Amino acid sequence: MCRIGAIKSRNYVHPSLALLLMQSQQKGHDNSGFAMVMQDLGGLFEGYKHLPTLSMACTDEGLKLAEDILHAAGFNRVLQWVPETNNLPGLDIIAMPNYVFETFQYPKNYRSAPQKEKEDLLLEMRLQLREALEEDDLGFVYSFWPDVITLKEIGDPKDIGTYFNLWEPDNKFTAKVITAQCRQNTNYDIVRYAAHPFFLQGYTALANGENTFYQKNKEFQAKLHHGYIGFESDSQCFLYTMHYVHRVLGWPLNYYKHVITPLPFEELSSRPDSDVLLAIRQSLAHLEINGPNTIIGVMPDSTLFTCCDAKKLRPIVIGRSEEMVVFSSEVCGINELLPDRNWEDDIYPHEREMITIDADLEVQRWRQ
Amino acid sequence: METVKVQDLTANDLPWKIRYDASRCTLCGSCVATCSFRAIEAKVERRRMVFSEGDFPDPQQRFSAVPVIRQVSTLVSHCRGCGGCEKVCPNDAIGPIRNIDNRLPIVTRCLSGDSIKRGGRKNLESTVRTLDKMRVGRISQMTDPSLDAQRHTFDLLAPFGRILPAGKLPFHLGANGELVNDGQAPPVRWIYPVVIGDMSIGALSWRMWEAVAMAVAYLNEECGMPVRMCSGEGGVPVRLLKSKYLKYMILQIASGHFGWNRIANTLPHMVEDPCGIIIKIGQGAKPGDGGLLMAQKVADHIMAIRGVPKADLLSPPNHQGLYSIEESVQKMFLSMNAAFKFRVPVAIKVAASSTSVSVFNNLVRDPYNIVGGFFLDGVDGGTGAAHEVSLDHTGHPIVSKLRDCYLAAVTQGRQEQIPLWAAGGLGRTGDLAADAFKMMCLGANGVFAGKLILQMAGCIGNEMGRCNACNTGLCPVGITTQNPTLVRRLDPEKAAQNIVNYYLAMDQELKKLMAPIGNSSLPIGRSDALITTDRAVAERLKIQYVC
Repeated sequence: MCRIGAIKSRNYVHPSLALLLMQSQQKGHDNSGFAMVMQDLGGLFEGYKHLPTLSMACTDEGLKLAEDILHAAGFNRVLQWVPETNNLPGLDIIAMPNYVFETFQYPKNYRSAPQKEKEDLLLEMRLQLREALEEDDLGFVYSFWPDVITLKEIGDPKDIGTYFNLWEPDNKFTAKVITAQCRQNTNYDIVRYAAHPFFLQGYTALANGENTFYQKNKEFQAKLHHGYIGFESDSQCFLYTMHYVHRVLGWPLNYYKHVITPLPFEELSSRPDSDVLLAIRQSLAHLEINGPNTIIGVMPDSTLFTCCDAKKLRPIVIGRSEEMVVFSSEVCGINELLPDRNWEDDIYPHEREMITIDADLEVQRWRQ
Repeated sequence: METVKVQDLTANDLPWKIRYDASRCTLCGSCVATCSFRAIEAKVERRRMVFSEGDFPDPQQRFSAVPVIRQVSTLVSHCRGCGGCEKVCPNDAIGPIRNIDNRLPIVTRCLSGDSIKRGGRKNLESTVRTLDKMRVGRISQMTDPSLDAQRHTFDLLAPFGRILPAGKLPFHLGANGELVNDGQAPPVRWIYPVVIGDMSIGALSWRMWEAVAMAVAYLNEECGMPVRMCSGEGGVPVRLLKSKYLKYMILQIASGHFGWNRIANTLPHMVEDPCGIIIKIGQGAKPGDGGLLMAQKVADHIMAIRGVPKADLLSPPNHQGLYSIEESVQKMFLSMNAAFKFRVPVAIKVAASSTSVSVFNNLVRDPYNIVGGFFLDGVDGGTGAAHEVSLDHTGHPIVSKLRDCYLAAVTQGRQEQIPLWAAGGLGRTGDLAADAFKMMCLGANGVFAGKLILQMAGCIGNEMGRCNACNTGLCPVGITTQNPTLVRRLDPEKAAQNIVNYYLAMDQELKKLMAPIGNSSLPIGRSDALITTDRAVAERLKIQYVC
């Protein structure tokens, strides 16, 4: 089973905290992988927040190919960070030859382009890179977006941490929002793309659970947007729906909950906004999710949120201090990070609730 | 000695032979009185008995006249195997036996020079049904738990009406960050996913039609199940049109337009809108053929409701004046939509055919968004009357065609914009919940059933040629007849109760199927939940092959 966690902090924090958060929950997952997305970056990347960073794991050939494609498109590299790796014998990790975190300047003709055009360009480039590297298994392109870094690997999370030297906190590699998940996908093929968090145009999603409407979600989403691809995991559907509802349709985040876990017809019909809710339910019936799951999401403005299935079949706990809010599948994870917090302030969201954490770490509990 | 008359019709030429045991018969006459087909009659037989009375053998013979029950061997009055005689016989002295040497298909044509007509269903039962080759094989366990069919809540509702894609919903963002619906969108009803199929007053006896209407009202008012019935093409009693129960009815218009004069005239007096309108283009049991109500069933009240004389009522095979799908959209759908001021969804019912996907595609791409449902009827459906050759030899199975239409919608990203409703032999094994569930997994939003509803009320017809005499007006159980004596055999309250109880049972069974796949909403398009041991089925329907 997956275990998921998220940290949103007032100050920049190192991913060692994410490892710590997940390690105490290791009995709940199978130690088969680790993946994280860092947003609102500090350290080396702090000065490049407006420029896209490419996160990629690849072969030498893949690296060259990717850089050629980006250069051909007019992107210029302005920063490169290669994590120092400890390839110690006995580590449980299936490592790729290169892990690339490179920041690029936009092509000249895009530098003063509207934001949306830039964002669409970045998506096109990532899709193009992914396709090019997919052909001969040359590598995996996880994200290409400003202020975002993604790392995914197969193996024991503890060893993955050791390999990337992530257990030692430093000031170079930090972020204010980190989402992390332990376990490779075991429902479908083991591929790096199947590990959440998933990222698309500023939106991040990770989930603990199953999506029994995967098939119909997938069939529907595949035609909604050309960026909705892969579907290596049923949890990708959660991301695509989030992106579609919030970005494509432009609906407020609350409606995400109405789309994925619509109210039962009986409840819905007695609401003052029943006409809107019914229209949503019928138009987006194929984006409903069923099955047990808890979702953690991060929005482009770094708002962190969580919600779960309509029967609350998967847990999540939210603990907080003045400096930090932590989401975790199990409370033991939060205890590691915030041992001195007031436990009575912990939040155990229920099935019709959505919890959002804004930039000031203000917690909003929204009832569906 | 009698000479052999080889052309004479005898019991051996008929599909059913009467088994009769004179030694058990008390000559009560119940069987003869019961047989609506007049297929048996009381006769007197001459019997010869040889006896000897003295001390020594002295054979003598005596002749006597013995009253017996005999089978009538005529084209009009042959036994349909309904078993009415057996039901009423106190001594088990009589009953029908299937005759495998049946020559009726040949002799009927030879003697009448006319095509054979009958009612009921297709009689070419050969292979196992596709639906029975599939199982629900994706069971939620462990991390993805099954639900509790008894305790969890389930949403068993299906849409009837045109559904707009999310991007076209008339929403704008309100001052408080909420979505506000301030435009017009096509009407959509959310109804129980098993609609009672279109059977007209005329095809059904008034008592049977009333029983169905009663069951529907009871299911809605007392059981909280929004079950809808379709009127069929034959009008609706004015009292019902003017009542609040009209909202449970789906009115049908077909090529004969029977009954629509009254409906149109009653429009100003309606206190409720009907649930919807179905424009019937075709019917699965006899595709390419119009409706057929034989003159013997056109009783006084049918003449009144339909506004017709006593004659064979033949709906044309197509809607006159419609030459293209686009035209049909513009003319019929717009006029039906306009008649109810765009408050009532209008759907289409067509017979499944090799061309169904083209029709569906044309409708789903129509820019007016006014087609509110695609009712697809497969070959195994029933009919009140049809030419036997149409019944047995034309048509298209529903399962693959429904799947094709759904996948056509998937290819275009238009799932559910026109809800898909499937029918045609569903529930034939008596298990409608399972059939409905599997059809939904393949992409149907809901199903509709007619024949099975009649069977709930007591119809004894089947796919093996039993009865299927709906066209004769002699229905032995009072369901498809307008003969007052026969109609009284049907207790409408009891029939309604059976239908209600069946729906309650089916509702539980649907939940028992949804629970193990972990779904609280209907599994529309969840083909991943189905498996089959038949490679051809797996390949054709794109579901998992297992062995």
